[in-house]
Amino acid sequence: MKGQLVIEAKNLTKRFGKQLVFKDVNFKINDGEFISLVGPNGSGKTTLVKIIMGMEKKTDGELLMDKSQTVGYVPQFRNVDLDYPLDIESFVRLNLKFTMNPKKRAENNVIIKQILEKTRLTHLRKRPLGLASGGEKQKAYLAQALLNDPQILILDESTASLDVEVKMQLMDLVQELNQKYNLTVIFITHDYDLTKKYTHRALFFENNTIKPISVDEISEAMFE
Amino acid sequence: MFGYEFMREAFIASTFIAITAGLVGVFVVSRNMSFLSHTLSEIGFAGASFGILIGISPLAGMILFTMVSSVAVGSLSSESSRREASISAISSLFIGLGILFLSLSSESSSYATNILFGSIVGISSKEVHQLMILALVVIVIFIVFYKPLAFDSFDHIGARSAGLPTRMLSIAFLVTLALSVSIGAQIVGSLLVFILLTLPGATAKYLVHSVPKLIMVSVGLSLAGVWLGLYLAFVTNWPVTFFISAFEVIAYFLGLTYKNWKLNH
Ligand SMILES: Nc1ncnc2c1ncn2[C@@H]1O[C@H](COP(=O)(O)OP(=O)(O)O)[C@@H](O)[C@H]1O
Ligand SMILES: [Mg+2]
Repeated sequence: MKGQLVIEAKNLTKRFGKQLVFKDVNFKINDGEFISLVGPNGSGKTTLVKIIMGMEKKTDGELLMDKSQTVGYVPQFRNVDLDYPLDIESFVRLNLKFTMNPKKRAENNVIIKQILEKTRLTHLRKRPLGLASGGEKQKAYLAQALLNDPQILILDESTASLDVEVKMQLMDLVQELNQKYNLTVIFITHDYDLTKKYTHRALFFENNTIKPISVDEISEAMFE
Repeated sequence: MFGYEFMREAFIASTFIAITAGLVGVFVVSRNMSFLSHTLSEIGFAGASFGILIGISPLAGMILFTMVSSVAVGSLSSESSRREASISAISSLFIGLGILFLSLSSESSSYATNILFGSIVGISSKEVHQLMILALVVIVIFIVFYKPLAFDSFDHIGARSAGLPTRMLSIAFLVTLALSVSIGAQIVGSLLVFILLTLPGATAKYLVHSVPKLIMVSVGLSLAGVWLGLYLAFVTNWPVTFFISAFEVIAYFLGLTYKNWKLNH
């Protein structure tokens, strides 16, 4: 439900061996929020997301999550080269669950069709992903992550290396999903303008801590 | 040509081999493991010689060696670059071992030629049955793991992000790869089995763009190669491996040309 607590960190600490990433961190994320994670490279944004995803272990403290929520995650790096063989639709399909049941298969086809429409990829569905533009690739990653209808979406620097116009298109799309379907969005970025324009709130990573801040507190200095 | 018992046996065996190789090949290519499959065939050669030396069948020796080494690779670091460097060092050792085992055993050198270069004569119907069963094992593993394996093979990072057990999938795949190398080598020989395991899959990549279509084209090219190879070998008495590799290489370059042509139009 909108406004309900979905993720809470209590004195969360992460180390890689001796190296401290963040210590005794406290924050809350609520259902339906559009929140950005900002801070310098190497400050632990991706690491936090991986802990949320269960791909990395926390060192200490607690990370509480509403178990009814599923998460779609668009990771920071992807290895799709020019030669990548699958077209956009087949790439998105990879995340479908296997079924031999003809009824379920038909349902899956409807789901694919809808997600391609939602992400404005219908006309591009037969294009090999390797030949797609940066923005089209990001939309395909987004579509794949949204396939199983998650309540939380995590975007790790999805707008990096995109042209301003394309960035805006992608963010407009994510904003639409956030508003229309009440999707909780966690958006990692180095982009001041996008943070100001689209997000409700931010978690600021610095000096081994994570500080929750409001949009008004977000300053350009945080992006240097 | 089907009037001869040995040709019928060879035909059935090759058909099963071609189907598994074409199927597995799509994933070998998408997982960037062409190099590993090459090395596994060299390790397979050592395994076959070892089998001869200790008096078990060459096929059993091959399966033993390729299984152990592929699972060892799977539990090593998952960084493919590091994998390649260390593997290439090991592979030459295995060729040396294979030669040693053969020279220690009392078998004639024609046996070695068969293992290395393949042969269509001298496959017994018992061996055909063994090959069929092993091929079916590979196909069943693929059907069971199809979806997650495809996800992991075509988008490893995405599969990890979606919470798939990628380590377990990788090992399951390596087991099928080891089996495919071992059974494929029975016809094309261990020296060239990697051709069947990589070229049809690589050619398919230039022609079609969905996982089921890649599998269909790869299996089709693989079948066409071995069937044509068998027929031409029967007619000309030249080695079947020559025709298979010639066919697959030509198909590959035609595919590449088609892709480049399409890019410019
Ligand atoms: N698997 C890992 N092993 C060891 N150190 C790591 C690992 N992943 C990340 N780190 C280190 O943790 C720190 C935070 O990294 P990361 O979360 O990727 O930063 P960000 O996403 O904010 O740029 C960096 O110093 C990085 O080198
Ligand atoms: Mg990062």
